[in-house]
Amino acid sequence: MTTDTSNLLQQLIDGELPDERGFFGPFGGRFVPETLVPALERFERGAREALKDGAFKTELRQHQETWVGRPTPLMYAPRLSEAWKAQVWLKREDLAHTGAHKINNALGQALIAKRIGAQRVVAETGAGQHGVATAAACARVGLPCIVYMGAKDVERQAPNVVRMRRMGAEVRPVSTGDATLRAAVDEAIRHWVGDPQGTHYILGSAVGPHPFPWIVREFQKVIGVESRRQMLEQAWKLPDIAVACVGGGSNAIGFYHGFLGDAEVELHGAEAGGIGPAVGQHAATMSGGTPGVLHGSRSMLLQDGDGQVSDTQSVSAGLDYPAIGPEHALLAHVGRVHYHAVRDHDAIAALDELCRLEGILPAVEPAHALALARRLCEGRDDPTVLVNVCGRGDKDMPILTRLAEEGNT
Amino acid sequence: MRAHEVISQAITDGRDTHGIALVAYVTAGYPSMDAFPAILADACAHADVVEVGIPFSNPIADGGSLQETARAALKAGATMNKIMHTLRELDGTLAAPLLLMGYLNPLLAYGLDRLADDAQAAGVHGVIVPDLPLEALGMAEPLTDAGLATIGMVSPVTSDARLARIVERATGFVYAVTSVGVTGQHRSDQSSIVEYLHKVTSAATIPVCAGFGIRSKQHVDTLRESCDGVIVGSALMEAVGEGRAIGPILQGLR
Repeated sequence: MTTDTSNLLQQLIDGELPDERGFFGPFGGRFVPETLVPALERFERGAREALKDGAFKTELRQHQETWVGRPTPLMYAPRLSEAWKAQVWLKREDLAHTGAHKINNALGQALIAKRIGAQRVVAETGAGQHGVATAAACARVGLPCIVYMGAKDVERQAPNVVRMRRMGAEVRPVSTGDATLRAAVDEAIRHWVGDPQGTHYILGSAVGPHPFPWIVREFQKVIGVESRRQMLEQAWKLPDIAVACVGGGSNAIGFYHGFLGDAEVELHGAEAGGIGPAVGQHAATMSGGTPGVLHGSRSMLLQDGDGQVSDTQSVSAGLDYPAIGPEHALLAHVGRVHYHAVRDHDAIAALDELCRLEGILPAVEPAHALALARRLCEGRDDPTVLVNVCGRGDKDMPILTRLAEEGNT
Repeated sequence: MRAHEVISQAITDGRDTHGIALVAYVTAGYPSMDAFPAILADACAHADVVEVGIPFSNPIADGGSLQETARAALKAGATMNKIMHTLRELDGTLAAPLLLMGYLNPLLAYGLDRLADDAQAAGVHGVIVPDLPLEALGMAEPLTDAGLATIGMVSPVTSDARLARIVERATGFVYAVTSVGVTGQHRSDQSSIVEYLHKVTSAATIPVCAGFGIRSKQHVDTLRESCDGVIVGSALMEAVGEGRAIGPILQGLR
């Protein structure tokens, strides 16, 4: 384990991380039951071959352009800019097919699953966006799809459950454990342990055993690459501040990758601060966690002194997870990205502000990023800020309806 | 004799005496920390080696039965500190050598150097860590340096090349997972299991025990000629959950 942090950042920028064992410096790896190792090796081989194959890249690009709707727009937000006393730019991943960035990874992995001969796909979902994206991608490439979802999330993200089922996916509610994303991941992994040869597990975030954090980043990098190019084309400059929300961290890792080498761009991550800093009241992994091993990789983890994983809480199902991708842990370790906890009520206020000033209903996940971006603009002189609006809020209607009924907004 | 040799010897002795060695799994702290010592003693009286399961909040290789015991044990207040304290108090009174079976994170939180020291003081002879694969075995160095058994796990989908490397590194015994899946599930294709176990025993120079989904004497009999021992867990913990003693179940298995 090296302590030379500047060297680690350069290695990351140069594409040398993760290393061959799947480590991003001290984080990452492949801590899984032996039964899964051959499946992970097969997937990694298949992914590496695919990403080098011109025909695969062409096919992926065609799907991205005609089915996903890439590139997604970069939008100047004039009324938000006025309110924040800043130049606010929004990367509109909410306009991608199925309403979130999740489709970038789901499509890529589904194409690889087909290529390596998987008979079916299993996935987990929190907010339902990854489940919907996987259901759609599986419908597109012709693979059966089973989606595990915490029973609590089935309830709070009901519209996405209907969408998944309409697209032919089987949604299996998980009522064990905390009945949220973490329990869904447990169950999806258990399913996969039972049929590692026939099943491909499309993990939806930049977490899990190697090669998932790497492959998810590779498929989400398109967000950062497009954002950087679009900023130069439309704003004629790079942002001073770039902000994304982080749960597991898939939208953020792809977004950051466009700017890692631009030292003048400050990178920030908004974690789910929930209702407070006490254990069990939030999901702010970087702010409140310690290094540990969960779901196959070593990263920052919300846990007690005995290594038991803590319960989490967030208004956003997609951020309600006690760990974070190992590459984020490295980015925090080397000081390249700064992570901050954003409370539920601040996120909902930011969601309302975007609705009222720009006519965009974001998901509650990127609402955390908006709240943080506004906070970061305070006290600065007309900063240029870029926020990744990674998903749209239609799926959050049950939550927003409940909050309105309770008089919270 | 080093700790890992004690485990190998206990398996060999069990096989020589009874035709097949018996490894029993009990979840530490289930159904309560108070009830655990008597259950452990019962298991030790009827098995050749006993695995003490360290409860973890996210046991991804375990099926429903063992998940439930882990959850209940944690709820009842089981912690690594309490478990090690209990084992230290029981040391010298148990009829069989012990292994710890635990997921990596609670062991890391306890500290592997500390675990190496405390394990020896508590009569623990080795560890089984299901989420510590071959490539990460270096992390277990404090345990191997202390002479503790680091049980190697192989599965029916493990390649021959990988199998050779795992059995070479393993000490104590090789844990041959008989079914692809989580604990407690039984798959019925016996001929392929026998063939697979033959491959593992041919590659290994230490005893081989088969586990996952072994629930009846009939299962044990089909494996009798193919390996040195069998590992039984879910069936025992289900019995504990129903308030039944596990001694008679273990007796009935061989």
